[in-house]
Amino acid sequence: MTTAALEVDGLRKAYAGRAVVDGLSLTLRPGTVLALLGPNGAGKTTTVEICEGFRTADAGTVRVLGLPPAESSLRARVGVMPQAGGAYPGLRCAEMLRLVASFSASPLDPDDLLERLGLSEVARTSYRRLSGGQQQRLSLALAVVGRPELVFLDEPTAGLDPAARRATWELVEALRRDGVSVLLTTHLMDEAERLADDVVIVDAGRVVATGTVAELTRTGAVGQLRFRATPGLDLEQLLTALPVGCTAKESPSGDYLVEGVVDPQLLAAVTAWSAGQGALATDLRVETRTLEDVFLDLTGRELRA
Amino acid sequence: MSTWSPGSLAPRPGAAPLRRMLSAQTTAELKLVLRNGEQVLLSLVIPLGLLVLLVLVPFVSVDGAVGRGARADFFVPGVLALAVMSTAFTGQAIAVGFERQYGVLKRLGATPLPRTVLLGAKTLAVLAVELLQVLLICAVGLALGWDPRGSVLQVLVLVVLGTAAFSGLGLLLGGTLRGLTTLAAANLLWFVLLVLGGVLFPLSAFGGAEPLLSLLPTAALSTGLRDVLDAGAGLGAREALALLVWAVISLGAASRLFRWE
Ligand SMILES: Nc1ncnc2c1ncn2[C@@H]1O[C@H](COP(=O)(O)OP(=O)(O)O)[C@@H](O)[C@H]1O
Ligand SMILES: [Mg+2]
Repeated sequence: MTTAALEVDGLRKAYAGRAVVDGLSLTLRPGTVLALLGPNGAGKTTTVEICEGFRTADAGTVRVLGLPPAESSLRARVGVMPQAGGAYPGLRCAEMLRLVASFSASPLDPDDLLERLGLSEVARTSYRRLSGGQQQRLSLALAVVGRPELVFLDEPTAGLDPAARRATWELVEALRRDGVSVLLTTHLMDEAERLADDVVIVDAGRVVATGTVAELTRTGAVGQLRFRATPGLDLEQLLTALPVGCTAKESPSGDYLVEGVVDPQLLAAVTAWSAGQGALATDLRVETRTLEDVFLDLTGRELRA
Repeated sequence: MSTWSPGSLAPRPGAAPLRRMLSAQTTAELKLVLRNGEQVLLSLVIPLGLLVLLVLVPFVSVDGAVGRGARADFFVPGVLALAVMSTAFTGQAIAVGFERQYGVLKRLGATPLPRTVLLGAKTLAVLAVELLQVLLICAVGLALGWDPRGSVLQVLVLVVLGTAAFSGLGLLLGGTLRGLTTLAAANLLWFVLLVLGGVLFPLSAFGGAEPLLSLLPTAALSTGLRDVLDAGAGLGAREALALLVWAVISLGAASRLFRWE
């Protein structure tokens, strides 16, 4: 078995007697993307900074590429994007990136990286004069310029406009394709859904669910099929045509809702039934569970985006 | 923004040679100092301005120093001490305080740059700025009629000891307090040590307190430099020892108490 890119087991950290990370475990498989998803204050940054060697754990074990986080040889193998800050205000954008690039043996081309992240126009602008989104993207560039094996990204797209967010997502997808392991934290479920192989949902320092996006959204999931048709159709007849366990109702008048495992057979049954009633089902839409729903189910609270 | 060709991000981890890191970091540190208006004011404009003023306008009388040349002989060593303090202590403390606050040191801690190389780069940058200061102060001093004596080597020993002591104090301050607190404390101490440092007027003005005050780092450095450059008296053991003690204590404390965040 290959070593995990990151292995966290029973991690605990308390501040002033209050546990902010409480027995957290996770495994980042090599060459995959893991999203640590949770609301603000869930303990994501604390967890990541312990893995980066910036803070020490009260209990539990952490292995980064098989090594303890404080191991100095990891600095060349791991890229870090902290949640905020991290550049000389008085250096220009390109100067900062070149400086960090010069610490690595075979760095990416800084100018190319700036270009791809849409920072070429501000290459000669000092860091303090960059917008928040530009500072974020520079921070991302600083994390990957040394060609690391493992990258930690703490809320990489927080506060980015849609174009910059897309550029960030493309970079993460390319990193994954090229075999880099990525741990990212986010409180945006669409980000986790789009990027992550595995999602670890955390709340109040504990893992509330772990799995692939598909597994998490499937667990105990009831799919919903909604459509519109002539009011007052015969639902009893529909239920006999549907697999057992399905429910169907009309509310308000003309709006129909079928709940059950939504698969092609169910869709076929619904359209056949409406055709038999001489009605056309329109506005047909399948609603599946999102990670947002999963979080709501597990914690009773909104993830709030 | 464009797509990434396959393999372009494939891992190739590895640290650069230490010399390359050292030279890149030193260059960055130097750029930051020379671009920072307040730092330039502190390390170049104020010392040079003070030197010209103190020599040309006789509002401070110095015993036995009559005439421009004799006044320059008295003031140049003090201004050299002030320059070392401004760069190694005040400038460095403020820079480090804000670097911690802005997460720069944390960011650098996540790169292959070893801490020893970072500290080495900071030291080299301080020495380079000091070299520039010394050259300018000496040039202005000579133009004002300064007539230096003594051994260059002894001056060098004192400047290195002073730099070590002031760097230790600067790193101690900047490495433990918040950015703005560091700024306030470093400027206040700069002013206090300037007044009590035998830079603006002789320490004999403080009467019985003189022996004690002369152990303060700025006073020890200015007195030591004056003994060599003005009196031609050689390296004063008392001053050199005082600076060494300051250096050992402050560097020791800084290495224990320094916080990178
Ligand atoms: N250095 C610290 N001292 C005290 N409390 C902290 C510290 N760092 C984090 N916390 C607290 O720990 C909790 C988790 O914080 P954090 O890990 O930053 O969460 P997240 O990144 O998920 O938003 C928060 O309640 C925060 O206030
Ligand atoms: Mg956070």
